[in-house]
Amino acid sequence: MDLAQVVFYFSAGLAVVSSITMITRKNPVYSAMFLVVTLFSVASIFVLLGAHFLGALQIIVYAGAIMVLFLFVIMLLNLGHDFEPDVRGRFRWVFVGGMALVVFAEIVTALRTIPESAGTDLLTPWLSERGAVAGVAEPLFRNYAVAVEVTGLLLLVAMVGAVVIAKRRA
Amino acid sequence: MFVESLVLSGLLFVIGMAGVLLRRNAIVMFMCIELMLNAVNLTLVTISRFVGVEAQIFVIFVMTVAAAEAAVGLAIIISIFRHYSSVDVRNFRLLRW
Repeated sequence: MDLAQVVFYFSAGLAVVSSITMITRKNPVYSAMFLVVTLFSVASIFVLLGAHFLGALQIIVYAGAIMVLFLFVIMLLNLGHDFEPDVRGRFRWVFVGGMALVVFAEIVTALRTIPESAGTDLLTPWLSERGAVAGVAEPLFRNYAVAVEVTGLLLLVAMVGAVVIAKRRA
Repeated sequence: MFVESLVLSGLLFVIGMAGVLLRRNAIVMFMCIELMLNAVNLTLVTISRFVGVEAQIFVIFVMTVAAAEAAVGLAIIISIFRHYSSVDVRNFRLLRW
Protein backbone atom coordinates (compact mmCIF):
# COMPACT_ATOMS: atom_id res chain seq x y z
CA MET A 1 0.00 0.00 0.00
CA ASP A 2 1.68 3.17 -1.14
CA LEU A 3 1.34 6.68 0.24
CA ALA A 4 -1.41 7.76 -2.16
CA GLN A 5 -3.65 4.94 -0.98
CA VAL A 6 -2.98 5.75 2.68
CA VAL A 7 -3.93 9.39 2.07
CA PHE A 8 -6.98 8.29 0.08
CA TYR A 9 -8.36 6.01 2.79
CA PHE A 10 -7.62 8.59 5.49
CA SER A 11 -9.47 11.31 3.55
CA ALA A 12 -12.34 9.01 2.66
CA GLY A 13 -12.81 7.95 6.28
CA LEU A 14 -12.58 11.54 7.46
CA ALA A 15 -15.16 12.61 4.85
CA VAL A 16 -17.67 9.94 5.86
CA VAL A 17 -17.22 10.43 9.61
CA SER A 18 -17.42 14.21 9.48
CA SER A 19 -20.45 14.20 7.17
CA ILE A 20 -22.28 11.84 9.53
CA THR A 21 -21.30 14.13 12.41
CA MET A 22 -22.57 17.06 10.39
CA ILE A 23 -26.10 15.72 10.01
CA THR A 24 -26.35 14.73 13.70
CA ARG A 25 -25.13 17.93 15.45
CA LYS A 26 -27.87 20.12 16.88
CA ASN A 27 -25.92 23.36 16.59
CA PRO A 28 -25.89 24.60 12.97
CA VAL A 29 -22.47 26.21 13.50
CA TYR A 30 -20.97 22.79 14.31
CA SER A 31 -22.70 21.36 11.25
CA ALA A 32 -21.10 24.04 9.08
CA MET A 33 -17.66 23.34 10.57
CA PHE A 34 -17.94 19.60 9.94
CA LEU A 35 -19.11 20.31 6.40
CA VAL A 36 -15.89 22.31 5.93
CA VAL A 37 -13.89 19.25 7.09
CA THR A 38 -15.79 17.08 4.60
CA LEU A 39 -15.15 19.51 1.76
CA PHE A 40 -11.44 19.61 2.56
CA SER A 41 -11.22 15.80 2.51
CA VAL A 42 -13.05 15.68 -0.82
CA ALA A 43 -10.63 18.32 -2.14
CA SER A 44 -7.65 16.15 -1.19
CA ILE A 45 -9.31 13.20 -2.97
CA PHE A 46 -9.73 15.42 -6.05
CA VAL A 47 -5.97 16.06 -5.97
CA LEU A 48 -5.26 12.35 -5.61
CA LEU A 49 -7.47 11.58 -8.62
CA GLY A 50 -5.51 13.98 -10.82
CA ALA A 51 -7.83 17.00 -10.68
CA HIS A 52 -5.37 19.44 -9.13
CA PHE A 53 -7.11 22.57 -10.36
CA LEU A 54 -10.50 21.37 -9.13
CA GLY A 55 -9.01 20.58 -5.72
CA ALA A 56 -7.85 24.18 -5.41
CA LEU A 57 -11.19 25.42 -6.76
CA GLN A 58 -13.06 23.27 -4.24
CA ILE A 59 -11.18 24.84 -1.34
CA ILE A 60 -11.48 28.39 -2.69
CA VAL A 61 -15.11 28.30 -3.81
CA TYR A 62 -16.74 25.86 -1.39
CA ALA A 63 -14.72 26.11 1.82
CA GLY A 64 -13.83 29.74 1.19
CA ALA A 65 -16.89 31.41 -0.28
CA ILE A 66 -19.99 29.25 0.14
CA MET A 67 -19.28 28.19 3.71
CA VAL A 68 -18.53 31.77 4.73
CA LEU A 69 -21.92 32.69 3.28
CA PHE A 70 -23.57 29.92 5.32
CA LEU A 71 -21.79 30.94 8.53
CA PHE A 72 -22.66 34.58 7.87
CA VAL A 73 -26.35 33.73 7.56
CA ILE A 74 -26.27 31.52 10.68
CA MET A 75 -24.67 34.31 12.69
CA LEU A 76 -26.94 36.96 11.14
CA LEU A 77 -30.06 35.04 12.12
CA ASN A 78 -28.53 34.34 15.55
CA LEU A 79 -29.08 30.56 15.31
CA GLY A 80 -25.93 29.57 17.23
CA HIS A 81 -27.66 29.25 20.61
CA ASP A 82 -31.00 28.40 22.28
CA PHE A 83 -31.80 26.04 19.43
CA GLU A 84 -34.50 23.44 19.83
CA PRO A 85 -33.63 19.87 18.83
CA ASP A 86 -34.70 19.56 15.23
CA VAL A 87 -33.75 15.95 14.42
CA ARG A 88 -36.86 13.94 13.62
CA GLY A 89 -38.17 11.02 15.67
CA ARG A 90 -37.42 7.28 15.90
CA PHE A 91 -39.82 6.11 13.19
CA ARG A 92 -38.32 8.59 10.76
CA TRP A 93 -34.80 7.24 11.46
CA VAL A 94 -35.85 3.71 10.49
CA PHE A 95 -37.56 4.98 7.36
CA VAL A 96 -34.56 7.11 6.35
CA GLY A 97 -32.12 4.27 7.08
CA GLY A 98 -34.02 1.87 4.83
CA MET A 99 -34.35 4.47 2.13
CA ALA A 100 -30.63 5.29 2.34
CA LEU A 101 -29.78 1.60 1.89
CA VAL A 102 -32.05 1.34 -1.15
CA VAL A 103 -30.64 4.49 -2.76
CA PHE A 104 -27.05 3.41 -2.04
CA ALA A 105 -27.69 0.02 -3.65
CA GLU A 106 -29.19 1.79 -6.64
CA ILE A 107 -26.18 4.10 -6.98
CA VAL A 108 -23.72 1.20 -6.74
CA THR A 109 -25.67 -0.76 -9.34
CA ALA A 110 -25.70 2.24 -11.67
CA LEU A 111 -21.99 2.91 -11.20
CA ARG A 112 -21.11 -0.73 -11.92
CA THR A 113 -22.09 -0.13 -15.53
CA ILE A 114 -19.07 2.19 -15.91
CA PRO A 115 -16.36 0.08 -17.54
CA GLU A 116 -13.21 0.29 -15.45
CA SER A 117 -10.62 -1.81 -17.20
CA ALA A 118 -11.92 -1.25 -20.73
CA GLY A 119 -11.05 2.45 -20.81
CA THR A 120 -7.55 3.75 -21.27
CA ASP A 121 -6.16 6.50 -19.09
CA LEU A 122 -7.00 9.66 -21.03
CA LEU A 123 -6.37 12.15 -18.26
CA THR A 124 -2.71 11.71 -17.31
CA PRO A 125 -1.16 12.27 -20.79
CA TRP A 126 -3.52 15.21 -21.41
CA LEU A 127 -2.58 16.95 -18.17
CA SER A 128 1.14 16.18 -18.35
CA GLU A 129 1.22 17.67 -21.84
CA ARG A 130 -0.59 20.91 -20.97
CA GLY A 131 -0.32 21.36 -17.22
CA ALA A 132 -2.99 21.31 -14.56
CA VAL A 133 -4.62 24.67 -15.33
CA ALA A 134 -4.24 24.86 -19.11
CA GLY A 135 -5.51 21.30 -19.47
CA VAL A 136 -8.83 22.41 -18.02
CA ALA A 137 -8.86 25.97 -19.36
CA GLU A 138 -8.21 25.11 -23.00
CA PRO A 139 -11.38 23.08 -23.66
CA LEU A 140 -13.33 25.31 -21.25
CA PHE A 141 -12.72 28.47 -23.26
CA ARG A 142 -12.61 26.81 -26.67
CA ASN A 143 -15.36 24.18 -26.84
CA TYR A 144 -17.53 25.43 -23.99
CA ALA A 145 -17.24 29.20 -24.45
CA VAL A 146 -21.01 29.67 -24.86
CA ALA A 147 -21.66 27.71 -21.68
CA VAL A 148 -19.18 29.93 -19.83
CA GLU A 149 -21.04 33.04 -21.01
CA VAL A 150 -24.40 31.59 -20.00
CA THR A 151 -22.98 30.69 -16.58
CA GLY A 152 -21.80 34.26 -16.15
CA LEU A 153 -25.31 35.45 -16.95
CA LEU A 154 -26.66 32.96 -14.40
CA LEU A 155 -24.37 34.39 -11.73
CA LEU A 156 -25.57 37.91 -12.53
CA VAL A 157 -29.21 36.85 -12.31
CA ALA A 158 -28.55 35.01 -9.04
CA MET A 159 -26.85 38.07 -7.56
CA VAL A 160 -29.71 40.40 -8.52
CA GLY A 161 -32.25 37.83 -7.32
CA ALA A 162 -30.53 37.39 -3.96
CA VAL A 163 -30.45 41.15 -3.38
CA VAL A 164 -34.12 41.55 -4.33
CA ILE A 165 -35.33 38.60 -2.25
CA ALA A 166 -33.33 39.45 0.88
CA LYS A 167 -34.19 43.15 0.72
CA ARG A 168 -36.35 44.47 3.52
CA ARG A 169 -39.73 45.65 2.32
CA ALA A 170 -39.91 49.44 2.51
CA MET B 1 -8.74 3.87 -6.10
CA PHE B 2 -11.33 4.08 -8.91
CA VAL B 3 -14.01 1.84 -7.39
CA GLU B 4 -13.37 3.09 -3.87
CA SER B 5 -13.97 6.72 -4.76
CA LEU B 6 -17.16 5.84 -6.65
CA VAL B 7 -18.40 4.04 -3.54
CA LEU B 8 -17.35 7.01 -1.41
CA SER B 9 -19.31 9.39 -3.61
CA GLY B 10 -22.36 7.16 -3.29
CA LEU B 11 -21.95 7.12 0.49
CA LEU B 12 -21.64 10.92 0.68
CA PHE B 13 -24.73 11.33 -1.50
CA VAL B 14 -26.74 8.99 0.71
CA ILE B 15 -25.57 10.75 3.87
CA GLY B 16 -26.63 14.08 2.40
CA MET B 17 -30.02 12.64 1.47
CA ALA B 18 -30.49 11.27 4.97
CA GLY B 19 -29.62 14.69 6.38
CA VAL B 20 -32.26 16.40 4.24
CA LEU B 21 -34.86 13.86 5.37
CA LEU B 22 -33.88 13.85 9.05
CA ARG B 23 -33.36 17.50 9.91
CA ARG B 24 -35.92 20.25 10.31
CA ASN B 25 -33.50 23.18 10.29
CA ALA B 26 -33.68 24.75 6.83
CA ILE B 27 -30.02 25.85 6.84
CA VAL B 28 -28.75 22.36 7.75
CA MET B 29 -30.96 20.87 5.02
CA PHE B 30 -29.41 23.33 2.63
CA MET B 31 -25.88 22.32 3.70
CA CYS B 32 -26.83 18.69 3.06
CA ILE B 33 -27.83 19.64 -0.49
CA GLU B 34 -24.35 21.12 -0.94
CA LEU B 35 -22.91 17.81 0.28
CA MET B 36 -24.95 15.91 -2.31
CA LEU B 37 -23.72 18.22 -5.08
CA ASN B 38 -20.18 17.54 -3.88
CA ALA B 39 -20.73 13.79 -4.06
CA VAL B 40 -21.80 14.14 -7.69
CA ASN B 41 -18.67 16.21 -8.35
CA LEU B 42 -16.58 13.42 -6.88
CA THR B 43 -18.17 10.92 -9.27
CA LEU B 44 -17.43 13.17 -12.23
CA VAL B 45 -13.81 13.71 -11.18
CA THR B 46 -13.37 9.96 -10.73
CA ILE B 47 -14.66 9.02 -14.17
CA SER B 48 -12.69 11.87 -15.80
CA ARG B 49 -9.69 9.51 -15.89
CA PHE B 50 -11.46 7.41 -18.50
CA VAL B 51 -13.85 9.79 -20.24
CA GLY B 52 -11.45 12.70 -20.59
CA VAL B 53 -11.14 16.17 -19.15
CA GLU B 54 -14.70 17.14 -20.14
CA ALA B 55 -15.97 15.64 -16.90
CA GLN B 56 -13.80 18.06 -14.93
CA ILE B 57 -15.22 20.97 -16.93
CA PHE B 58 -18.68 19.80 -16.00
CA VAL B 59 -17.61 19.95 -12.35
CA ILE B 60 -16.72 23.63 -12.80
CA PHE B 61 -20.25 24.33 -14.06
CA VAL B 62 -21.78 22.36 -11.18
CA MET B 63 -19.74 24.42 -8.72
CA THR B 64 -20.90 27.68 -10.32
CA VAL B 65 -24.53 26.64 -10.22
CA ALA B 66 -24.08 25.55 -6.59
CA ALA B 67 -22.70 28.98 -5.70
CA ALA B 68 -25.60 30.76 -7.39
CA GLU B 69 -28.06 28.41 -5.74
CA ALA B 70 -26.50 29.01 -2.31
CA ALA B 71 -26.84 32.78 -2.71
CA VAL B 72 -30.50 32.64 -3.77
CA GLY B 73 -31.43 29.94 -1.26
CA LEU B 74 -29.90 31.76 1.68
CA ALA B 75 -31.66 34.95 0.58
CA ILE B 76 -34.95 33.02 0.63
CA ILE B 77 -34.12 31.67 4.11
CA ILE B 78 -33.40 35.20 5.38
CA SER B 79 -36.68 36.41 3.88
CA ILE B 80 -38.60 33.53 5.52
CA PHE B 81 -36.87 34.19 8.86
CA ARG B 82 -38.05 37.80 8.76
CA HIS B 83 -41.61 36.54 8.40
CA TYR B 84 -41.69 33.63 10.89
CA SER B 85 -38.67 34.39 13.18
CA SER B 86 -37.60 30.76 12.71
CA VAL B 87 -35.87 28.51 10.18
CA ASP B 88 -37.70 25.38 11.33
CA VAL B 89 -39.56 23.87 8.39
CA ARG B 90 -42.47 22.89 10.65
CA ASN B 91 -43.50 26.54 10.67
CA PHE B 92 -43.63 26.91 6.91
CA ARG B 93 -47.11 25.50 6.33
CA LEU B 94 -48.70 27.95 3.94
CA LEU B 95 -48.39 25.58 0.97
CA ARG B 96 -48.67 22.33 2.97
CA TRP B 97 -51.74 20.13 2.99
